[in-house]
Amino acid sequence: MRIDFERRLEPSRLIAFLVPILSVILALVVGGSLLLAAGADPVETYRAMFDGAFGTKYARSEMLVKAIPLMLTGLSVAIAFRMLFWNIGAEGQLVIGAIATAWVPLFLLRESQLPGSVLLVLMGVAAFVGGALWGLVPAVLKAFLRVNEIITTLMMNYIAVLLMDYLYTGPWKDRQGYGFPGTASFKEIISLPRLPEWFSAGRVHLGIVVAVVAALLIWLVLIRTKWGYEVRVIGENPRAARYAGISLARNIVLVMMCSGGLAALAGYGQVAGIAFRLQKGIAVGDGFTAIIIAWLAKLHPLGVLIVAILMAALSVGGDQITITMGLPAAMARVLQGAILFFVLGGEIFVRYRPRIVRTADLAE
Amino acid sequence: MPQDTPAVEMHGIVKQFPGVVANDHADLVVNAGEIHALLGENGAGKSTLMNVLAGLYLPDSGQIRVHGRVAKIRSPGEATRWGIGMVHQHFMLVEPQTVAENVILGLDRPRFRLDMPRIADGIRQLSTRYGMTVDPTAYVWQLSVGEQQRVEIIKMLYRGADILILDEPTAVLTPQEAEDLGNTLRQMVREGKAVIFITHKLDEVMSFADRVTVLRRGKTVANLVTAETTKVDLAREMVGREVVFHVDRSEYERPDTNGKSAHRMLAVEKLNALSDKGLPALRDVSFAVHQHEILGVAGVAGNGQRELAEVITGLRPASNGRVLLRDQDVTNRSPRRVIDLGMSHIPEDRMSTGLIANMTVCDNLILKDYRRPLLSRLGFILQRAVARFSDRLIDEYEIATPSRETVIKALSGGNLQKALLAREIACGGDLIIAVHPTRGLDVGATEWVQRKLLEQRQKGAAVLLISEDLDELLAVSDRVAVMYEGRIMGIVPYRQAHVEEIGLMMAGTAIEKTDPKDPHGIFEQTDLSGCQGESTS
Repeated sequence: MRIDFERRLEPSRLIAFLVPILSVILALVVGGSLLLAAGADPVETYRAMFDGAFGTKYARSEMLVKAIPLMLTGLSVAIAFRMLFWNIGAEGQLVIGAIATAWVPLFLLRESQLPGSVLLVLMGVAAFVGGALWGLVPAVLKAFLRVNEIITTLMMNYIAVLLMDYLYTGPWKDRQGYGFPGTASFKEIISLPRLPEWFSAGRVHLGIVVAVVAALLIWLVLIRTKWGYEVRVIGENPRAARYAGISLARNIVLVMMCSGGLAALAGYGQVAGIAFRLQKGIAVGDGFTAIIIAWLAKLHPLGVLIVAILMAALSVGGDQITITMGLPAAMARVLQGAILFFVLGGEIFVRYRPRIVRTADLAE
Repeated sequence: MPQDTPAVEMHGIVKQFPGVVANDHADLVVNAGEIHALLGENGAGKSTLMNVLAGLYLPDSGQIRVHGRVAKIRSPGEATRWGIGMVHQHFMLVEPQTVAENVILGLDRPRFRLDMPRIADGIRQLSTRYGMTVDPTAYVWQLSVGEQQRVEIIKMLYRGADILILDEPTAVLTPQEAEDLGNTLRQMVREGKAVIFITHKLDEVMSFADRVTVLRRGKTVANLVTAETTKVDLAREMVGREVVFHVDRSEYERPDTNGKSAHRMLAVEKLNALSDKGLPALRDVSFAVHQHEILGVAGVAGNGQRELAEVITGLRPASNGRVLLRDQDVTNRSPRRVIDLGMSHIPEDRMSTGLIANMTVCDNLILKDYRRPLLSRLGFILQRAVARFSDRLIDEYEIATPSRETVIKALSGGNLQKALLAREIACGGDLIIAVHPTRGLDVGATEWVQRKLLEQRQKGAAVLLISEDLDELLAVSDRVAVMYEGRIMGIVPYRQAHVEEIGLMMAGTAIEKTDPKDPHGIFEQTDLSGCQGESTS
């Protein structure tokens, strides 16, 4: 007896839907055995994790706060990957967005009497444009000189992060800051409004609305517009796209500017909604987690929102168990890794169906 | 081994796929020292049966014997150990690697040190022994399709295969190349190897094969000695009814313009271009195609036909010369510009260039038209108009698909080509560049495509038909141009065309038949008078 894998005539939609769910369950089982090995009660640990992310209104709020940058960077990565442009630079683009956001109230318009809403919009525009320009560099290099974008986007992350470090420890450092590295706070001048009480208890800011609107917009553009159609064609078959007269260079540049801009909006949210200054802790790897999120969501913009929440819950819940259970924070990472492992492994069932073949059927 | 033990015996092979029985108790017996044709229409189960023999599929039931011994072939690796090698229709080569690297791919020897010169020598020996010229140090991406096929065959011989399976080997070859292949195969069977080739072309069966097994709907329906049968019999066995062999062009009348009024749609003048290798692929190519005309381009694969189509459609830069579309200079303009001027292009590679495998039928049908105001407004695609547009094409061109939302790769080869042709005719259709439009299609689909081209010609279209099938070119073209090493060797009206002459030109011998004042036929008035009321078959 043996198991055969047969190609399905058409990928199964049911399985495509089930794979992520089953993957999470399997990952929890694997994680559970690791927890057992570490001497912790898995059920209790998971409950603590769940409570840490969803248990109270405050927990839910903190989880959403974590999810906002993941959503925006996830969308950023997803649209670039849709076009087979491997943008590994969401982290750097986020940082550039953070720098641009802080620059507007601290330096550009410091003494201005502009209404808060206008100032907020200007900060957002500055962030988006900054990220777009940061994304433009690898896009142009790729489109016109065929420079590998994986290398350029990755390297530009380090440039962006070091630039930010330089700014808040050097020329932009707050002189009244008692020597702590960081710019002055602009919280008294301007901050991103928080969502009303009935929705959240804590620091959930308007960034979440930006993320949801962006996801809906991207989805609409992809399925309903000429541009979206071109992007889908390029993503599926660049040769056919060229044959059909679709300009690859133009689309690479446009999509990468949007991708950079979206990641930068994550930085905008972090600075204008949470930190109110440039400081350590802005670049915590969200731009890299975004790559996992985009893949798990199958590059679907609405899927990105859901997966971002799951990832945020794992992260916040993971922090919780370090406090309440005294377990290492790496446990959450292990679970993330296990989920990804099972999702990618489960892919085979979408395209292939297992079939048990009895050896007796094969005449000797 | 005793002479009377067949090299391969397959008995009662059943292979089911979800929804279809590809092989339904199929039988096949092949002797050592014979070329055996496996004949059948598309979907008859030929490739499945051979994939079973090559270890790619495990049969649901049935028995295989190789040289009399029961063989359970569970993987291509085991097939290799049984001496079975298969050359697939879509080659399994690694394009960025050299010929030699491809040949040793997957072999467990040499164990450690790669002595490339020695391997190259081995390859050279095989290629001289079987008359297949291949440069072991060339990169696969540089090779023509015909050359790549030789690499695949050598790959199998290098593994010591004595049972060689070829899936539609001549689909990618010219008459001469096919003839060369035939000689190679005959040399192999003289040495006692067994050759099985899958085909749906009756002429090939008659000229190459010693025996033939006919499959129909997964079942073996006939097992015949070629010398004792006829094309007509084989055709009847294959499709289960009587068939017509050639499209009759007399059904497609065109206006008798009687003079120089036939409008020139496409002209190329002294066109030069480089190949992927950076070598000259086109040398001073000049010709013109007029309304109501099909200009056929014959030639052995790799003599510049692909580059010609690419330069005309804007996909490859011209290094010199001009391309005129309706008397507008479009040399080195973008593909977009050329499409906007109404050029239709049926590319050589329908799956990897012409269609987007993972998108729906509907998304594929609008690929050339989605920019037009009919289908989009203010940047938005008009869903209802797109639905109407694609339903109309599906209906008009009889594309067999469950719905317009079906992913296009689920369609059969013939229907893929129908969809491609439907789209290309819909987006203009009065100038069509068709590159191997019937390659790999079965009898019915081939006829359908040829009829569509003749229909467009009747409506006034100019068609540049690049094909390696000389019968096809002579059946539908008004004039035939022959390419050799990037040059046009001559252009002959089909009524004066002789296969031998064209064959000579394909091999590089120029025939002084064309008007010396106008060697390229640019100003030549096409022969429009003799085409009516005549059949070519």
